[in-house]
Amino acid sequence: MKMETTVAEITHLRKSFGNNHVLNDINFKIEKGENLVVLGKSGSGKSVLIKCLVGLLELDGGDVILFGENISGLKERELNLLRKKVGFLFQSAALYDSMSVRENLEFPLRDLKSKPKEEIDALVMEALKNVGLENAIDKMPSELSGGMRKRIGLARTLILKPEIILYDEPTTGLDPITSQEISQLILDVQKKYNTASIIITHDTECARITANQMIIIKEGLVVAKGTFKEISESKDEWISSFFNKWKE
Amino acid sequence: MSWFTLRFFREVVKPRYEFNEFVKQSYLIGYKSFPLIAITGLILGFVMTIQSRPTLAEFGAVSWLPAMVSVSIVRELGPTIFALIFAGKVGSGIGAELASMKVTEQIDAMEVSGMNPYKYIVVTRVLATTLMLPLLVIVGDAISLFGAYMAVNLKGAVSFHLFFLQVFQSLDFSDVFPAVIKTFFFGFAIGLISCFKGYNSTNGTEGVGVAANSSVVLGSLSIFIIDMIAVQITSMLYS
Repeated sequence: MKMETTVAEITHLRKSFGNNHVLNDINFKIEKGENLVVLGKSGSGKSVLIKCLVGLLELDGGDVILFGENISGLKERELNLLRKKVGFLFQSAALYDSMSVRENLEFPLRDLKSKPKEEIDALVMEALKNVGLENAIDKMPSELSGGMRKRIGLARTLILKPEIILYDEPTTGLDPITSQEISQLILDVQKKYNTASIIITHDTECARITANQMIIIKEGLVVAKGTFKEISESKDEWISSFFNKWKE
Repeated sequence: MSWFTLRFFREVVKPRYEFNEFVKQSYLIGYKSFPLIAITGLILGFVMTIQSRPTLAEFGAVSWLPAMVSVSIVRELGPTIFALIFAGKVGSGIGAELASMKVTEQIDAMEVSGMNPYKYIVVTRVLATTLMLPLLVIVGDAISLFGAYMAVNLKGAVSFHLFFLQVFQSLDFSDVFPAVIKTFFFGFAIGLISCFKGYNSTNGTEGVGVAANSSVVLGSLSIFIIDMIAVQITSMLYS
C-alpha cells in the first residue's frame, strides 16, 4: 500500500483585495517532515498565502488540500477539527494578553476535558521545555521579551502536536542571535516531531538554516522552486538580490 | 450588524457553554462597575432631592418629596443614567479590548486553534452585560434613594422608616417592572454594539480608538432609542 505523505497541496490559488491581486496562481505541495520556506519581498502576499491555507481568508479561486481534504468544501465544524492538526505561529506570536503563559498553553487543550489535570500540566511543561522556557510558566505576556513571546507562541502551537506548522515571519523584529536560536528551534521541532512546516520569511539566514525546499513569490506567482543552494545560485538578478550577503 | 446579532442567538444555545469565561466577565463587568454606579447613584439621589425641594415647597408639597424622587429615579433617571455610565465604562472597554485582540491577531489565533472565538469572546460578554446591568440598576436605585433620604434630612427630620414607607407606597408594579425589563435590553445593546465594533475593527491601532469611541457613542444612542420604545410600550400597556 502506498503511504500518503503529502500534507498540503495548493493548486492555482488566487486571492485579491479589490483591485489588488495579491496571489495570482500559486502552486506547490509539501510532504510530511519537510520544511518549505516561502521567500518574498514585504507585501508580496506571503502572509495572505498561509492565512488562506487555514481558512482565515476565503480563496477567490484554486484549491487548498490539507490532509487530503479540500478546505473550501468544509463546514465550520469540520474545518475546526482539521485546524487542530495545524499549528500557526503568528508574526506577533498572538499570545492572549489577559492570560498567563500557563493559561495560554492550556487554552488549545480545553476540548480535552477528559484528560486529568496532571496530564494537562505535563503537556504544558513538555511544550515549555521544548522551547527552553519552563521558568516563564506563571508570567504574563507583557513580562516577556520579543524572543520569549515567539518561543511561548511556538510552545502553544506545539502543545496539540500538529502535523504541519505554519510560521509567519518567525524571526522578524528579533536580534541576529535570537533569530538564529528561533531558526534552530524550528529545525529541532521538525526533527523531534517529524512535522511539516511552511516558513514565511524574508530572512535568508532563517531560510538557510531551516529550508529543505524553497519557493520564491513575486507578483503573486511562484517564480522559483528548489533547495536553498539551487535558488541562492540563481542567475536571475531579482532572485539573486536576496542572497547578496552570501556572495560577499 | 444583523448577521452578528443573529449569530449571537445561534451560538448562545449551542454547546459548548463557556461558563467560566461568563463568570469571569460578569465579575469584571458587573462587580468592577459597582463602585462607580454606587457613587453616581448616591449623588443622583442627593442632588435630585435638593433641586426638587424648592419647587415642591412653593406649592406646599414638601411631604411629596420622597414619592416624587423615588418615582423619577426608579422609572426613568436611574435606568437611563446608570446605563449611560455603564456604556461609557464597559462599552468602551469591550470595544477597545476586542479591537486590540483583533489587531494583535489574538482572535485569529483562537480561530486557527480550532476554537470558536465568537462564542468565547462575544457570547460571554454580551450575556454578562445583559445580566449585570439590571442588577447594577437595582442596587444603584436603592443607593440613590438612600442619597435622597440623606438630602431630605439636611433641611428636615424624616425617619428612615417613614421615608422608605413613603417611597414604597408611591411605587407600584408598573413603575418597577418595566424599568427593570428595559435595562436587560440596554445591557444587551451595549454589549452587542461594543463587541461588534471591536470584533470588526480595522486599520490597526487607529481602529482601536475608533472602536472604543463608536462603542460608547452608538451604545448611548441605542439606550435612548430603546428607552423611547419602552416608554411607548409601557404607556400603552398601563394606560
